[in-house]
Amino acid sequence: MRHLLNPMRWIFGDHRPTRQVALISTLLTVVCLIWIYPFLWMISTSLKSNAEIFANPGLIPRGFAIENYQRAWTEAHMGSYFVNTLLVTVGSVIIVTLCTSTLGYVLGRFKFPGRNVIFFGFVATVFIPQGFTIIPVFELLTWLGLSSNLYGLTLATSGHAMVIFVILFAGYFSQLPKELEEAARVDGVSFLQTFWYVMLPLARPMVVTVVIMQVLHSWNDFLLPLVVTLANPAIRTLSVGLYAFKGEQFIDWTGMAAAATISVIPVVVLFILLQRYFINGLSGAVKG
Amino acid sequence: MRLLQTFHKLRYHYLMLLPGLVLGGMFVFYPIFAALFYALHDWSGFNSDLVFVGLGNFVALFHDPIFWDAFKRSMIFLLGTVPLQMGLSLVLAVLLNNQLLKLSSFFRTMVFLPVVTPVAVMGIVWTFLLSPFNGPINGILLDLGMISRPIDFLGKSENVMGSVILVYVWKWLGLTMIYWLAALQTVPDEVYDAARLDNCRGARLIRHVVLPIILPFALAILLISAVGALNVFPLIMSMTNGGPFFASEVMEIFIYRTAFATGDGSIPRLGYAAAAGVLFGGVVLALTIVQALASRASKGKVEGATT
Repeated sequence: MRHLLNPMRWIFGDHRPTRQVALISTLLTVVCLIWIYPFLWMISTSLKSNAEIFANPGLIPRGFAIENYQRAWTEAHMGSYFVNTLLVTVGSVIIVTLCTSTLGYVLGRFKFPGRNVIFFGFVATVFIPQGFTIIPVFELLTWLGLSSNLYGLTLATSGHAMVIFVILFAGYFSQLPKELEEAARVDGVSFLQTFWYVMLPLARPMVVTVVIMQVLHSWNDFLLPLVVTLANPAIRTLSVGLYAFKGEQFIDWTGMAAAATISVIPVVVLFILLQRYFINGLSGAVKG
Repeated sequence: MRLLQTFHKLRYHYLMLLPGLVLGGMFVFYPIFAALFYALHDWSGFNSDLVFVGLGNFVALFHDPIFWDAFKRSMIFLLGTVPLQMGLSLVLAVLLNNQLLKLSSFFRTMVFLPVVTPVAVMGIVWTFLLSPFNGPINGILLDLGMISRPIDFLGKSENVMGSVILVYVWKWLGLTMIYWLAALQTVPDEVYDAARLDNCRGARLIRHVVLPIILPFALAILLISAVGALNVFPLIMSMTNGGPFFASEVMEIFIYRTAFATGDGSIPRLGYAAAAGVLFGGVVLALTIVQALASRASKGKVEGATT
């Protein structure tokens, strides 16, 4: 009966559902075309030759100018930026998943001295904007000697987004039945083993959600990599690399479009393959 | 003694907390206190000495018109994006929640697509789309006869805020839409059946059944959207760098430029930037508290109405 929430029905009453559906579908098709136009334009431009972009403003390219991708990959260093982004993403996903699942498990399932201080300490910082803490983060990395290498960038990328994951894990673990640990203890399984072999596998849906959200965060992050790579352009990520490319080469539309496509395609593919987890994870954030 | 025993008994629990606490301590808690500390100092770089100035940075900020302009722009951005984003996404969510719509999940995917893509990358793509020199958006508008001359969307002070607001809404609408869909789907079918038996339809259905159920969600979505609208650094930096002539310089760009950007030959003022960050963070915190209180009040009201 969800279609009762449909405004067309308030207007037309209970009649002619097919006409309403047709009307809504047309409207939504127009919206979707507007929404994906930038992507279509980007891909189309990346396949055109430099002479063609103004002569042929349509979305269908005349040929496949693969040399745009070669130029972006080597001359604009998108290849090495791609590897950097991949390393930071994989590294931060591993760090974040381990750190937040363990923390969330203990906070979500046990009462112990200091628990509330730690938990509400994290909750209180959820909405602090990145711009607020970027200066001390950079200063800390400098002090550790990690301010201009990929280790520092990976570590800071992990630390910057972890709060929400701690809360999500704590909530998920707190809902699992209490008998699980008791059964494990009776069987003589240690605390750490219980977590690793029993509890973490049970939390798989939340692990998948956290992994996806961290992949997105780290692949799309901009302020932190911009600041960390100021002194060392070799460790730029795709976003920062493209930003620098634009500053140097603002005339090369096709090379720029190819570089942008290289940065966008991996996350889009990942999203389309794992869509269900994205949507569930995000819906959980608002319901929780 | 008992406390020591507890610690000993729970030693593995504490051990397990350690990695997360170290990471959080370094990048969540320490930076907050450090920012407060720097805000009280005059500090130009990472090697030079800190000079304690007390509240001097805050006093200077209060008299700095560039800071207030940036602050005002952040608020304009907030007020320009949030109602538009929430309204449009609610309409879309209501349309997509129609079970007769077979292509619903396809449409949902398409509208959600911009959300997963890198902001800075799409910001750069949009600077090309909006270019006044052969940019495709101007091309389409000219072809449709809606304008007679290309519009300089990002190069003119009077257009730039509107343009970045629209691009921001394009980028994040899908996310708000998913939140609304989650809210709408918590309304169980029985509620509608019961309402229909009571001959409750149309505006009365919305007012007495749907609205009370989605209102608590609306407040959560409002908060998430409002905080999101204050985190716009990547989009504005990649589209305009805060220009033209500071016309799109929001708070985060102001902080970044004051702290890091030395391109114009000025000395970095990290203490001053940290103070601006503290003030800005204070505003966000205030917003959060107001929302939390409003949410609690409205939940009480809803529960009162249903019992």
